[in-house]
Amino acid sequence: MAIYLIVALDVLNGISSLFLLCLGLAIIFGMMKIINLAHGEFIMLGAYATVISANAGVNIWIAMLIVAPLFVGLVGLVIERCLIRFLYGRLVDSMLATWGLSLLIIGIITTIYGNTQQGVPTPLGGFSIGSYQSSYYTLFLAGMAIGMMVLVYGVMRYTRLGLIARATMQNPAMAATLGVNPTRVYMSTFVVGAAVTGLAGGLVAPVSGITPGMGGAYVAKAFMTVVGGGAAMLSGTMSAASLFGAVNQVGAYFTTPVYGEVLVFTTAIVLIRLLPQGISGRFFKGNL
Amino acid sequence: MAVRFSLVAQAVVVVLAIVAIAVIPSVLELFAMMQLTLFAAMAVLALSLAFIWGFGGILSFGQTAFFGLGGYAYAISAVNFQDSTPSILLAIIIPALFAAILGYFIFFGRISDVYLGVITLTVTLILFNCVNSTSGDEYRIGKALLGGFNGMPAVPTFNVPFYPDQALSPEQSWWVTGGVLLGVFLLLRLLLSLPAGRIVVAVRENEVRASLLGYDPRKVKLLAFILSGAIAGLAGALYVNWGAFVGPTIFSLSLSAEIIIWITVGGLGTLLGPIVGCVLIEYIVAYIGSQQALNSNLVLGAVLIVFVLLLPKGLVPTARDLVMRLVHAPKAKKQLVDEQVPSSAAASHMAGAE
Repeated sequence: MAIYLIVALDVLNGISSLFLLCLGLAIIFGMMKIINLAHGEFIMLGAYATVISANAGVNIWIAMLIVAPLFVGLVGLVIERCLIRFLYGRLVDSMLATWGLSLLIIGIITTIYGNTQQGVPTPLGGFSIGSYQSSYYTLFLAGMAIGMMVLVYGVMRYTRLGLIARATMQNPAMAATLGVNPTRVYMSTFVVGAAVTGLAGGLVAPVSGITPGMGGAYVAKAFMTVVGGGAAMLSGTMSAASLFGAVNQVGAYFTTPVYGEVLVFTTAIVLIRLLPQGISGRFFKGNL
Repeated sequence: MAVRFSLVAQAVVVVLAIVAIAVIPSVLELFAMMQLTLFAAMAVLALSLAFIWGFGGILSFGQTAFFGLGGYAYAISAVNFQDSTPSILLAIIIPALFAAILGYFIFFGRISDVYLGVITLTVTLILFNCVNSTSGDEYRIGKALLGGFNGMPAVPTFNVPFYPDQALSPEQSWWVTGGVLLGVFLLLRLLLSLPAGRIVVAVRENEVRASLLGYDPRKVKLLAFILSGAIAGLAGALYVNWGAFVGPTIFSLSLSAEIIIWITVGGLGTLLGPIVGCVLIEYIVAYIGSQQALNSNLVLGAVLIVFVLLLPKGLVPTARDLVMRLVHAPKAKKQLVDEQVPSSAAASHMAGAE
């Protein structure tokens, strides 16, 4: 019995961390149709911001929940102004430039901190189910995923800002005629997406090894999840993250973690073949 | 007149290239020649993507899948047969078959742009993960131990065809690699001037129009994809021949990224550009690797961003435009009155036709 509970917790953990890691990319892709291949490096920057401020004596929660998103949001602002704003509407060029950006960020961080692994201890303790151990941090991550989902949904659905954002997403020309400044909307969207990604980086910092190249492990998965999810930002990402997260953990339980990953990638390929518009292109059309 | 001139010029360039390949071993030191051999193998890989991306409009993020498969196919069969002749053939056939299956899946499912990128990327990751986890004695094909993350050391290098005991010397390896590069370049060049190549370009330009003219874009793309996979596989065999080693990093994403950088820097839509870009970037990376001041990722990233933003056409097309302007500028001034108007009208007509 206990083993099923543990596997269920693993699945929950897989889904919630995948969702958190993808949300920022989904916001940017869903709003602006820009694929940010430096997404993994934004996660890495969030993790570094957390580790470095935590090791400098800042409370770990403040480092994770405030320093990381603020810092990466700022980085996002600079990048949007200097690079991304020239690339709207040029999908392939934006992919190439952000790929270059990801290499550049890896290079900068390697030059400053060296190619060594850093880490912070995981906060909150563990608990045991039967003879198995799990940590409260898993539950905290799931709570954060739900919190972020509710927050994004609330902002997009019920506030004036969300209305403007959705209007610009649907029809930039019309929104501009009505007095909205699309440039500013795109800029803020990119910054919000970067900040959310930074937060995700901060949240995974205690449970992963932090190296300059760590982003590479996330970017393909995030890319896959967002594209597999389709155009609807929230429902698409959530459904794709649930599918892939569950497949990964269950596959890893029955075989090895490596084949769990392989299973996820295969699922993604089959999914895109069957639903070329992503999950939300078929099932949640017009939703958020 | 102009056509005949450019044909003669091209023939001269090809002869010069052959002479250069022939004399390089007697001019350069062994180390520099080995490095050039590596660059030439990589340039073949660059050509394989340059063909489907630049002329077929298919941006594959996982060209290393075919490169790696070619490398492993060569290594495994070379260890088993101890003869490179069938191994090189297998290194072409197996990636081509894989490209056929994957391409059928992609193109007949009408998957395009971002989605195609995701699929090729994930396929590469699948191969990397699978090969990476094959450490241990149970993973062997015939006599070949796959070796997981450590890869396969001491792979037999090329030998004289059908004479397994006569391995090629480094000079001969260079002649083979440089010759293959030139051969692949000429093959693609020829193909693109034939109707078959024009159809590939037509499909890139306008899929609907091409299909209304009676061509099946799915089939055309699939065939181009298979050819590109075969070339990438051959590049993999050349690469393994260079290092006598193959490991899972041959499938790595960073190498996939590097191919795209070569093409962006050299010039998309040309065949010469990717070769230039490849040799240039690989030289820079090798140079950076030999000193400590700068990180190679930093430089590569900066180069890619600068090119996408400021020089999106790439080096070779930019240089060609410059040369054209220099050649044509004096003429245009002389014949300003009578030539200018018709030629610009013809130019705009050509642009419309394209």
